Amino acid sequence: MTTVAAPAGLDSARVRADFPILALTVAGKPLVYLDNAASSQMPRPVIDRLVRYRTTQHANIHRAVHHLSETATTEYEAARGKLQRFINAREAREVIFTSGTTDAINLVAHGWGRRFVGAGDEIILTVLEHHSNIVPWQMLAQEKGATIRVVPIDDRGELLLDAYAALFNDRTRIVAVGHVSNALGSINPVQRMIALAHAHGVPVLVDGAQAAPHLTVDVQALDCDFYAFSGHKMCGPTGIGVLYGRAALLEAMQPFKGGGDMIHTVTFESTTYAPIPNKFEAGTPPIAGAVGLGAAVDYLSALGMPAIAACEHDLLEYATDRLRQLPGVRILGTARDKAAVLSFVLEGIHPHDVGTLLNEEGVAVRTGHHCAQPLMKRLGVAATSRASFAFYNTRADVDALVAGIRSVQKVFA
Amino acid sequence: MSADPKALYQEVILDHNRKPRNYGRLEQPSHRAEGLNPLCGDHIHLALELAGDTIAAIAFHGESCAICKASASMMTAAVKGRNPDEARALAREFVDMATGRLAAADAAHLGRLAVFSGISELPMRVKCAILPWHTLQAAFDAVATTSTEAEADPMDTPLGNA
Repeated sequence: MTTVAAPAGLDSARVRADFPILALTVAGKPLVYLDNAASSQMPRPVIDRLVRYRTTQHANIHRAVHHLSETATTEYEAARGKLQRFINAREAREVIFTSGTTDAINLVAHGWGRRFVGAGDEIILTVLEHHSNIVPWQMLAQEKGATIRVVPIDDRGELLLDAYAALFNDRTRIVAVGHVSNALGSINPVQRMIALAHAHGVPVLVDGAQAAPHLTVDVQALDCDFYAFSGHKMCGPTGIGVLYGRAALLEAMQPFKGGGDMIHTVTFESTTYAPIPNKFEAGTPPIAGAVGLGAAVDYLSALGMPAIAACEHDLLEYATDRLRQLPGVRILGTARDKAAVLSFVLEGIHPHDVGTLLNEEGVAVRTGHHCAQPLMKRLGVAATSRASFAFYNTRADVDALVAGIRSVQKVFA
Repeated sequence: MSADPKALYQEVILDHNRKPRNYGRLEQPSHRAEGLNPLCGDHIHLALELAGDTIAAIAFHGESCAICKASASMMTAAVKGRNPDEARALAREFVDMATGRLAAADAAHLGRLAVFSGISELPMRVKCAILPWHTLQAAFDAVATTSTEAEADPMDTPLGNA
């Protein structure tokens, strides 16, 4: 359920002024950036924070006693605290910095999966998943002789919860589900799904890559066991992401990568591991990335996630209305609870031709299978075009998309 | 040739996309192959019939973008009636032009196929244009399936039987 409690509206012009890249022109036209589900743009406060870190605060962390090392360590751990508050984790040590969502899911598949999933066990995924929440589990299943079970969707792109409930048995070991579908925008009822899994004693990993930038995420309210997301989709840098894990589960997990910073003591006979979170952060982490992501969640929090969600919901409704009125356009994904992702196909025109020609109008959309080939197969299409919105987009951006689609159709008329 | 990508979607390419020549299947082909681009989903089937040393019949079908379909259509029209060596030479020239290794003005044999020269400005779309030509090569070489993402990526290895 999305409840929007009369949020303070965003000042669109002021917000846009924070994003220098939005002033670019592409092919001689003002940039209309509608590929936010792939990667978002960075506001000036985050850029400035990265510059300040680079120019005045950088050294390696957790090592030396000199001034810069202590400063960098303090800033890195302060960022962990910001992320903890952003997702309402109980403790900062439940926040593991990773290189992104993919890295976070692989960490669970290796560190938890290899220990607790065996031959004949079952892993529940959904047909909506991004490849990054399929392939690590498939690799685990192949190694262990486990089986993948898949939750189907209806034609709107909503998960079928009765079918989900029917998949559980005494061999079910874990559920891995996306919070928001990257290809269709469906917001999945993860809270109910988690409650059902827990009734069977099964932990749940939520892939939050598409949710963390757009919704208020509260891992305690969700009661999820793992929650993974990426910095670069939420106004932060690339190369940084987060795995939230319930402390008890993280403590039971094997480290995935060995190296410096993750140990307690090392001899050639054996090694004892550092406590969480360091156990999972071998080697020098992306310190600047973490600091930048900390600045990004400060920025998002200052705007307010409810205000961001309301703004994007308005854009989605407006764009959906406008595209529905265009002949020859079919929208894929009409879930009742939906994030601001609009996948569509144009009758008789391949998405890659659409993408190339929209670029000529300055409009950036994603075209292809969106790393969700099983979903494309279910929908009976090879590819779609996808416009995905952020809070810095405007109705004028939607109008440019509509004009662009008309001009593509004209070329092919 | 203009670097404006929009110039690529000119009448001749759009016409071949709308009304592809030699579109369909052959009853008894002597050679056939399937071409795949897993990144964008382009998927074409190509079949041809050699009578002696001449490509007597050729046909393709499948699902693809306009660039790929027009390239396949114009390719079939260009190689029909020629011998395999001539067809391979044409394929080499086309791939060299599409990947920017050969200027359209220096492509002696391409004729109207030079309309694809602008594709070299669109690195993400080059594979769409050259997929049919690699599929033709695969058919001659009796390779059942060729993929733009195969181990020896055809983008990086110039076509040729040398």
